[in-house]
Amino acid sequence: MPHPTDTPALAPRRHLNWAQLGESYALVIVMIALFGVFSLLLPTTFFSWANVSTMLGSQAILVFLTLSLILTLTAGDFDLSVAATLTISAMTVAVLNAQLEVPLVLAISAALLVGAFIGLVNGFFILYFRIPSLIVTLGTGTFINGIVLWMSGSTTIGGIDFTLIKFVVGTRFLGIPLLFYYALIMCLIVWYVFGFTTLGRRLLFVGRGREVALLSGINVEKVRLGALILSSMMAALAGVFYAGTLGAADPNSGNSFLLPAFAAAFLGATAITPGRFNPIGSFVAVYFLVIGITGLTMLGIQSYVQNLFYGGALVLAVALSQLVRKREAQEL
Amino acid sequence: MTQGPLHDGLPRRTPGEAPALLARNFSKVFGTSKVLDAVDLAVMPGEIHGLLGSNGSGKSTLIKTIAGLHAPEKGAELILYGRDMPLPTPSGSARASGISFVHQHLALIPSLSVLENMMLNDLASSHNWAINWARMRRHTREVFDRFDLDLDLDRRVADLPQADRALLAITRAFDEVQTHATGGQGILILDEPTPFLPQAGVDKLFSLMRSVAADGAAVIFVAHDIDEIREITDRATILRDGKLAGSLVSKEADREDFISHIVGEKVSLFQTSHDAPEGGKRAAAIRGLDCGSVSQVSFDITEGEIVGLTGLIGSGFDVVPEALFGAQKAERGSLTLGDGRVLDLAAVRPENLLAQGVAFLPSDRLGRAGIGSLPIYENMALPVLKRFRSPLGIDWPAVKSHCAELGQAFDLRPARVDLNLGALSGGNAQKALLAKWLQTRPKLLMLDEPTQGIDVGARQKIFKEVHKAARQGTAVIVASTDAEQLAQICHRILVFSKGCIVSELIGDQITKDSITQETLRASSLPRQKTLEVA
Repeated sequence: MPHPTDTPALAPRRHLNWAQLGESYALVIVMIALFGVFSLLLPTTFFSWANVSTMLGSQAILVFLTLSLILTLTAGDFDLSVAATLTISAMTVAVLNAQLEVPLVLAISAALLVGAFIGLVNGFFILYFRIPSLIVTLGTGTFINGIVLWMSGSTTIGGIDFTLIKFVVGTRFLGIPLLFYYALIMCLIVWYVFGFTTLGRRLLFVGRGREVALLSGINVEKVRLGALILSSMMAALAGVFYAGTLGAADPNSGNSFLLPAFAAAFLGATAITPGRFNPIGSFVAVYFLVIGITGLTMLGIQSYVQNLFYGGALVLAVALSQLVRKREAQEL
Repeated sequence: MTQGPLHDGLPRRTPGEAPALLARNFSKVFGTSKVLDAVDLAVMPGEIHGLLGSNGSGKSTLIKTIAGLHAPEKGAELILYGRDMPLPTPSGSARASGISFVHQHLALIPSLSVLENMMLNDLASSHNWAINWARMRRHTREVFDRFDLDLDLDRRVADLPQADRALLAITRAFDEVQTHATGGQGILILDEPTPFLPQAGVDKLFSLMRSVAADGAAVIFVAHDIDEIREITDRATILRDGKLAGSLVSKEADREDFISHIVGEKVSLFQTSHDAPEGGKRAAAIRGLDCGSVSQVSFDITEGEIVGLTGLIGSGFDVVPEALFGAQKAERGSLTLGDGRVLDLAAVRPENLLAQGVAFLPSDRLGRAGIGSLPIYENMALPVLKRFRSPLGIDWPAVKSHCAELGQAFDLRPARVDLNLGALSGGNAQKALLAKWLQTRPKLLMLDEPTQGIDVGARQKIFKEVHKAARQGTAVIVASTDAEQLAQICHRILVFSKGCIVSELIGDQITKDSITQETLRASSLPRQKTLEVA
């Protein structure tokens, strides 16, 4: 790197950088293109308001779960227990409210507390015993699944207070279920926290370099514990909404969210602010995946395609973000 | 004395001998910047050849291009022992044609034994299915014997002193070129192996290099230290801004020649007066610090004073700032600050010290001091982000312009704070990280090897800034093995040996030579009670 002494100091580089723009919005463009393709192929079924509003509404659960993941991913930890947390939270609401007739508000509070407790347990093992988060959460996730089967007797529990459904998918604004707007608002909150608060910066520095953060006066363990607890609470919130979309809780289906959530988190990290886990990118990535799956399913493609699509998207997303990093390293 | 690029004044041992390595017209463009511009390099068999240049001069790009990590631009030629080589060097073929690299990080696996590390070469290239342990052991012994290397083959590399690790890496590289070299004794490229070594280690390393060269290998030695280059190399090639600045016969050229080739003009070296500032209030008092190898260390430092801590590697001087910052847990000890506040060093955490105006810049720039994958401005602004909080959150435009100004004041090149920190050369990254802490106007600033691997120009800038802060009242502790740097900036030097302060140098006693002598003298003394300098 020669010293570019001939360039005026601090010349502002205001001109549009097309390559950078393209990279930031590639996923958005691909998502729109995918939507266009399916709309042409399936003009009556896919390209109908009913379908669009269902996609936007019901899949907002995935947005919450992805946001939950990027909290810990940004702080440098993997939380594989989020899907199990979602399931136990939904089941807590169902068991307390439908079976034991606890008022809805209390049931929901209990579910969120369960989430916070799971985060605390994860944090204890990760931070106190210094075990890699991947291993701890793989274990706690499986453990939680066991508890869910036990408390539900391995059956679906229905009959949750209809008020919850009303507030989640029963009411529509501009034709889209309220849940979609909740997800959108949560995205904006996380976006604000990540981008415009010192807390967000602390998360980022802890995730990128624990030692650097420590020597810059950041209490690394507190930040990691906080991220784990918040992430589990966010997953629990997703669980409450999940119970609200179905009016019931089943002990298994929640787990199928884990892989798409990871795919969306990593895919989202290639968009908007490439190289960083970010909520807006995650939001776009979730709907990219949802459009893909819904379209393929409507085309009558076998259900195994879902696995191909999610699994493929995850690996491709990680490969892409790796490419982005490499390009960044070569810059200058 | 200065020779043109290739007016073939090559030091041949026999008439018509072909150079071991002849690189012609090497250029490399990254994006819009030409980092390497028509550079030539010729090294004879049996020669130790220095490669010098400031950070960003292109020397590592040259090395990497020869190694095949980068493809050179069209027009480049690489000739080994008179044979044209294909360019770009196909991956792995540098090794096969007898070029071996030893990087600063040595590429040893700490958790494996010395023998296993020596075998890594073979593991990568051998097609044998089974390992013949007895034969490997015998072979390794032979190689070690040849270079008078006394290392236990079964010892874990993690348990070796740093110097022995470097020797091991170089011996392994030499063994590697010997097994592969065709048509010659091989070419060994050593990329800055010395900055982490104590003087005794450097001496051992040099004698190893000499015997390797005496065996007929060509050795290319990349380094910053001009004295080392003059001591060990036969000739030296100097790069500046990607171009060939000249090549010198090391024994004939003096220090000034080297410096003017590296910098392009005469630099005036920064030099502080060694007289301590007068009438300063006490900024900090360290009492009874026990931490690992360090025991019972006590000293005072006044406002505006720059105190150097030095000694051989392992003498414990570098543990002191770590312990004072809570980065390494002390067993006991106290730190009393200027305002009378007493901190228990056994319980303190970095955030407590930062809150008291104590800052610490560790030597591992991209591992512990800053994050290479984040922009410069985010790295710089971390300690002062709270200042930029507005009702709407962090005011990023204000942060950026603040950092841009700071970058300008610290002469950051390139002057673009939106680049990633990792894109900067070592010297510029250090300037940015120094700025990160100096903007907080700390009461006590601790620096660990602040100019390790940094070119002579950037060094002066860093010294000036540190000195400026001291004049404004910051007390500065510099832990370093670099006697020259300590002599340039310190008011007082504390020499460590075996975990204790054994001598104190003040005023006119502070010269590069006296620091080196004192360090060596101290290390040969039996363990003694720590000097009371409090």
